[in-house]
Amino acid sequence: MSSPIQLKPDETFILNVGPQHPATHGVLRVKMEMNGEYIVNAETVIGYIHRMHEKMGELKTYPQFLMNLSRMDYLGALGYSHGHVLVVEKASGIEVPERAEYIRAIMVELNRIASHLFWFGAFVMDLGGFSPLMYALQDREHILDMLEAVTGSRLTYCYFRYGGLYNDVDDQFVASARKFIPRMRKSLKKYHKLVTGNVIFRKRLEGIAPLSKETCRKYGASSAVARGSGINFDVRKNEPYSVYPEFDFDIPVYHECDSLARYNVRMDEIEQSLRIIEQGLDKLPGGPIMPEKKPKIIKPPEGDYYQAVETARGSFGVRLVSDGGKTPYRLKLRSPTYSNMHLFDESCRGMLIMDALAFMGSLDLVIPEIDR
Amino acid sequence: MVAYFSEIYYGLISLLEGMVITFKEFFKPTVTVSYPYETLPMCDRFRGHVELIENEEGQPNCVVCGLCERACPSGCISLAGEKAEGEKKKVLTKYVLDFTRCSLCGSCVEACNFNALTFSKEYNLASRRKEDFIFDLLGRLEERNR
Amino acid sequence: MRLTLFNVVVAVIIAIAFAAVNAAYLVWAERRGAARIQRRPGPNINGPFGLLQPPLDGIKLMAKQLTIPGGADKILFIAAPVLAMFPAIMSFVTIPFSENIVAKNMNVGVLMIFAFAALGSTSLLFAGWSSRNKYAMMASIRAVSQTVAYEIPMLITTITVVMIAGSMDLMEIVHQQSGSILSWNIFPLFGRSHNILMPMSFLIFFTCTLAETNRAPFDLGEAESELVAGFHTEYGSMGFGLFFMGEYANIVIGSCMTTILFLGGWGCPFGLFPGVWWFIIKLYLLIATFIWIRWTFPRTTIYGLLNLSWKILIPLSLFNLLFTAGLLKVF
Repeated sequence: MSSPIQLKPDETFILNVGPQHPATHGVLRVKMEMNGEYIVNAETVIGYIHRMHEKMGELKTYPQFLMNLSRMDYLGALGYSHGHVLVVEKASGIEVPERAEYIRAIMVELNRIASHLFWFGAFVMDLGGFSPLMYALQDREHILDMLEAVTGSRLTYCYFRYGGLYNDVDDQFVASARKFIPRMRKSLKKYHKLVTGNVIFRKRLEGIAPLSKETCRKYGASSAVARGSGINFDVRKNEPYSVYPEFDFDIPVYHECDSLARYNVRMDEIEQSLRIIEQGLDKLPGGPIMPEKKPKIIKPPEGDYYQAVETARGSFGVRLVSDGGKTPYRLKLRSPTYSNMHLFDESCRGMLIMDALAFMGSLDLVIPEIDR
Repeated sequence: MVAYFSEIYYGLISLLEGMVITFKEFFKPTVTVSYPYETLPMCDRFRGHVELIENEEGQPNCVVCGLCERACPSGCISLAGEKAEGEKKKVLTKYVLDFTRCSLCGSCVEACNFNALTFSKEYNLASRRKEDFIFDLLGRLEERNR
Repeated sequence: MRLTLFNVVVAVIIAIAFAAVNAAYLVWAERRGAARIQRRPGPNINGPFGLLQPPLDGIKLMAKQLTIPGGADKILFIAAPVLAMFPAIMSFVTIPFSENIVAKNMNVGVLMIFAFAALGSTSLLFAGWSSRNKYAMMASIRAVSQTVAYEIPMLITTITVVMIAGSMDLMEIVHQQSGSILSWNIFPLFGRSHNILMPMSFLIFFTCTLAETNRAPFDLGEAESELVAGFHTEYGSMGFGLFFMGEYANIVIGSCMTTILFLGGWGCPFGLFPGVWWFIIKLYLLIATFIWIRWTFPRTTIYGLLNLSWKILIPLSLFNLLFTAGLLKVF
């Protein structure tokens, strides 16, 4: 739907969506120039929750900075810690025991499901359906309980350590994770019946906000935003890290380019993550969770290191420039949502406000992660 | 024409399917905990704020090495100790945790080599005054022993 | 019954009390029902089953300060919530709950209720216009275009029923459907109409009621995830309370109308003991369906909503009107 009439600038009005608006899920502000309900121009304004994580990374020693990563994205915290520990391990040449790698992968995938479930609920709530959020939170609660029993916290985990893990998993965790998989599959079926098949839901998303491959590439979009537009890119497959090459899983790709495609990608990803967890639990080797020899003080040699990981929100990259000291010279955090969000300004022109907000929901924005 | 009617028909069916699901959910038991009236036990590994561990004599295990202070990313631990005449070890005289800055990362517990720190299971921490979050852990330990 | 001043005052007081109690306890029912659907207990602290929640909410709302935003059109701003409540209460006067329980039966009862229902959208327009808020303005324009679009299929469907009954008197319409469940207007073949499309008519009418009362999935006037709170964004205190009560009163009116026009009013499904209790049962079953629908579906878009009305509901209801007219001529 596009605006049929061309307007003079004085015939439009400015609508400030946010920073305290129910649809922006956080302190994102979108300055919209409106023609009635049509958006003529939009400008996302960020920076309301900037916490200088990158600067903190330069000032703190490596172990001190570790817990900051989970504060970047409070829904998929483990994925971000994973990126950071991987790059530091790469830089200082720490070997990670196999068991620790497997547990990391299982935990990250569990966290990914939790994140997608929350996104699913919040997205449907953006569209006006409230109950799916509650069902999604019930399933998410099981994951949080499992993760809490192992890591000790429910949201901002500080679980990964350079070279391994903070805690080992016990049999109880393995048992509850095994129990969780069929339960989640059953819930997924319920969601598909309740939400995906719903005619109102489909009508709201089908053909809304098409994003071309070129746009996605131009802005560096990743995760479901890119995969919903037919770009087969997933860091876990394209630049394998950790133990992901050992797992058999698919990358869901849809070519419709609309909001529904992005929704479908994420829902399919939950299923793929379940597959990874299932295989991980089967293959889980014994052994230590921390390497036997590990430098006492982490001081990576001089150099420039980069590691990307696939988090729930897309390709998260950590670039570490070390001058050989106790603290990094520079720590650049490439956050996926930052790139995904900037699509919005260009793509929402000419859309109705309710479609634009549905589109924004389909991008899965987590504002603290954009502002870092 | 057929497409027009089949769209209406399948749309209606999908709506009814959704309603059947919510209807079934209506009769299932509730899953929430009515929090202030009932609480769940915290799991063993729950990471609350830190607490000092005492030895058999009721004295803290802490030897005032200051590793926790240095490990803390937010600088919220401040401790002091003094060496009494003729004693070998230092004795802890002050251990203050500034909980307003603590991010519950647990670095201090990990840094401790003397089994002197542990996590408390306390989570009902709310107050209107900032001073309530400056914990004097030594004082809390003495209070527990009383 | 003679129309005396005393009668009118009593009728209006009863109507207001009925509307207010219904509104208050429907909010409670809605919150409890939604909670059950989402597998949580809902309000259960104040009184047994949380039954004291609505009066306490009312007290809280009344105790709050009534703020009028700067630059707002004061007269319209204050008039809008009153206008939201008033037509709903007036409509209660003419609704027959049973053979004897009716404040004032009129031979143009259907017409009167629709006249008042149409008045309801002005209150939304006033509220949105006078609050000087962009969100409220957009919401009120949406709400009005929605009401206009859905009034048409609703009226056409009603005309179908009126044609079958041969009267606009609500009492008369119910009398026509007396007997068992098989003679209700919703059921084809056995009633007077012999029209197999009547269930569709019922669905159209029900959908229109949902849309007319601004209920989910057609709650575009509120659209809390897009337009903050829609037309009542700037309202607090009892202004908001009146809008809320008006919404629920409208739901009751809509369900009453559906019951009378399609479900045989106070008639029993088996033809036994007709009375007000049957009316109440049908009424609250319909309201429960309203609540059930709200907590199941996401919201439609404004164009989806208008498309549904103009492309599906209006052609189908028009066709049904012609079809019924033909059938009435044949039989």
